[in-house]
Amino acid sequence: MSQAAIHTDSLGKRYRIGQRARYLTLRDRLTYAAKAPLRWVHANGSNGSPGGTRHIWALRNVSFDLREGEVLGLIGRNGAGKSTLLKILSRVTQPTEGTAEIRGRVGSLLEVGTGFHPELTGRENTYLNGAILGMGKREIDRKFEEIVAFAEVADFIDTPLKHYSSGMQMRLAFAVAAHFEPQILLVDEVLAVGDLAFQKKCLGKMGEVAHAGRTIVFVSHQMNQIRRLCEKVIWMDGGTIRQAGQTAEVVGAYESAILSGEASNRVRRDSPQAKAQFLRWEIVEPRAAQPNVLDKPGPLVLRFLVDAKSPIRRAHHGIGLYDADRRLLWGTALKQFHLDAGVHQFVYHLPDLPVKPGAYCWRVTLWDEEDLVDSWECVPDLLVATKPVTHWLDEWAGILNIPSRFEVSPLEPEHVEQKQG
Amino acid sequence: MAATQTQVAPLRYTHEVPVVRIAARRGWTALDLGELLAYRELLYFFVWRDIKVRYKQTVLGAAWAVLQPLMTMLVFSLFFGMLAKIPSQGLPYPVFYYCALLPWTYFATAMQGATNIVVEQQRVITKVYFPRVVLPIASVLSGLVDLAIAFVVFMPMLAYYHIVPTAAVIWLPVFMLLAVLTALGVGLWLSALNALYRDVRFVVPFLVQYWLFGSPLAYPSSLVPAKWRWLYGLNPMAGVIEGFRWALTGHGEPPGMLLAASSAAVVLLVLSGLVYYHAMEGTIADVV
Repeated sequence: MSQAAIHTDSLGKRYRIGQRARYLTLRDRLTYAAKAPLRWVHANGSNGSPGGTRHIWALRNVSFDLREGEVLGLIGRNGAGKSTLLKILSRVTQPTEGTAEIRGRVGSLLEVGTGFHPELTGRENTYLNGAILGMGKREIDRKFEEIVAFAEVADFIDTPLKHYSSGMQMRLAFAVAAHFEPQILLVDEVLAVGDLAFQKKCLGKMGEVAHAGRTIVFVSHQMNQIRRLCEKVIWMDGGTIRQAGQTAEVVGAYESAILSGEASNRVRRDSPQAKAQFLRWEIVEPRAAQPNVLDKPGPLVLRFLVDAKSPIRRAHHGIGLYDADRRLLWGTALKQFHLDAGVHQFVYHLPDLPVKPGAYCWRVTLWDEEDLVDSWECVPDLLVATKPVTHWLDEWAGILNIPSRFEVSPLEPEHVEQKQG
Repeated sequence: MAATQTQVAPLRYTHEVPVVRIAARRGWTALDLGELLAYRELLYFFVWRDIKVRYKQTVLGAAWAVLQPLMTMLVFSLFFGMLAKIPSQGLPYPVFYYCALLPWTYFATAMQGATNIVVEQQRVITKVYFPRVVLPIASVLSGLVDLAIAFVVFMPMLAYYHIVPTAAVIWLPVFMLLAVLTALGVGLWLSALNALYRDVRFVVPFLVQYWLFGSPLAYPSSLVPAKWRWLYGLNPMAGVIEGFRWALTGHGEPPGMLLAASSAAVVLLVLSGLVYYHAMEGTIADVV
């Protein structure tokens, strides 16, 4: 039972720069052809490729073996090539070079709710989504009751999806995904959304799956998820494998690299479809060596940069602070403000952030009325490096890092009697 | 929560474990029929979705499948028929036009649907693998339901004009197949091109219009000089439309030469479409 379920040999994927940025029109092709000779003069070997087209390798030289029943975690910063690798393995896109061999029925979850149609009912969408994921009709028939129970939408199963709340839609999408049982499962960071209680439930289900002898490749930014689910981890960096091996070892190395401030990829990659996008975040006050490190107690100022490609008339904005176990520690929301096109800063003034030292994550969202425009789990993590004033044993330390004053003094006997009386 | 937690079914290892080899595609192939067969259930679901969704939130619903050819038939009968007095092979104008509009309405909608399907489904395409050719196939198949509905009105029309279909009617499935394949062939080309160049979406309405006048819709193909008939037949819809008229009413001649030329053109169209589409398939998720 230890045959290689996935074997890859120097996989590489090259994109033309801007290829994903927008679609071409014939006019582009024509103007490109007209400018091409000129461009050749300009480029003149400066960037290597003929004709002046520039390419980037999103993935290069990726070779690894995964045995049947193993759970592999893929970690790395945004743009490190994790998702590209997953897309190649799930055959959504082709590699430019190299090969991969996969033994077993593959299913990929790069997104939940793929193919959901708002006009169709919950029941119809369950079948449709299941079929798109790769389940047969009979398989869905068999699991249907379970899926509906898991999603907690039994009363609305014959209502069109457009009348569902976004939470209900998400739950149904997850429920279908969670009941999808291919021999080899490729999962992108789909668990990062949805409400927390339900996320836990899904994680529980994933854990069951992981321990049922299924081969899984799992992308996540949540190191505690990775620790809980994976036996092996590959750390991707700049499109190549930086380190591969046992989970504890690789995750440890990754975390210490992040902690030592090697978080250059602070700026998000442009995604052209979004009306607006969070670009980066930083702690303005107090200044530390790293803009994501909080090393002093007391008042602080945070800043989130948002690039609005077009004006948003009725913007809503939410922020949440999560700890490493994905517990929501604090959150607030602002309703209905106007956002012009252009780059804006969202500034928060907090009197204090008295949480115990460790890694935390901001999640910021931007809505245009009901529509989610952008949701970002801020990278890098917020690292709180204040002096701990909590219990020295972690399990007793709790969440808050609040200084306390303590004194012992004898109490006059008459007061004691009063109390007891 | 414990109540809803379920046991994960043990894996059932079949004797043949499917092995997939992933590499950059080289060379030209048309279609992997075995794989398409393996995905027939997904094809069925796509067709089913298309049909379910088409007339949601419309007041008249499926009646549109009848209204479209019916309205055009009225306009054609009035202008081309009663005013321009175009010959109609001895058929009453409504029958003459409706016969032609049955396959034409199907073709025009199916072809446009297939052209847009890749762009419409880009979210699915960029997230899940399946043979991409399933999409245009599903799109042209789902249009057949409309065609079937449009037939419902045609039957009383024949009865009203006392036209009894002859034995030629057994040829109807052949012409239907030809119509489906024509829509598919054009759809394969245009949907792949549309993924690359969004200009296609603006070209299609013109294409449909020109194609309409290049087909024996408003006039019988007998108006085309006999020595050019084969060239005219290279438009597959010429064979399909004349075929429908002949098969449904028994009027006119069996479209021999026209059918031969149209069939040849369709085979070429579908094969080249498959090759082009298949070549695009690997990178479609990157460019759409």
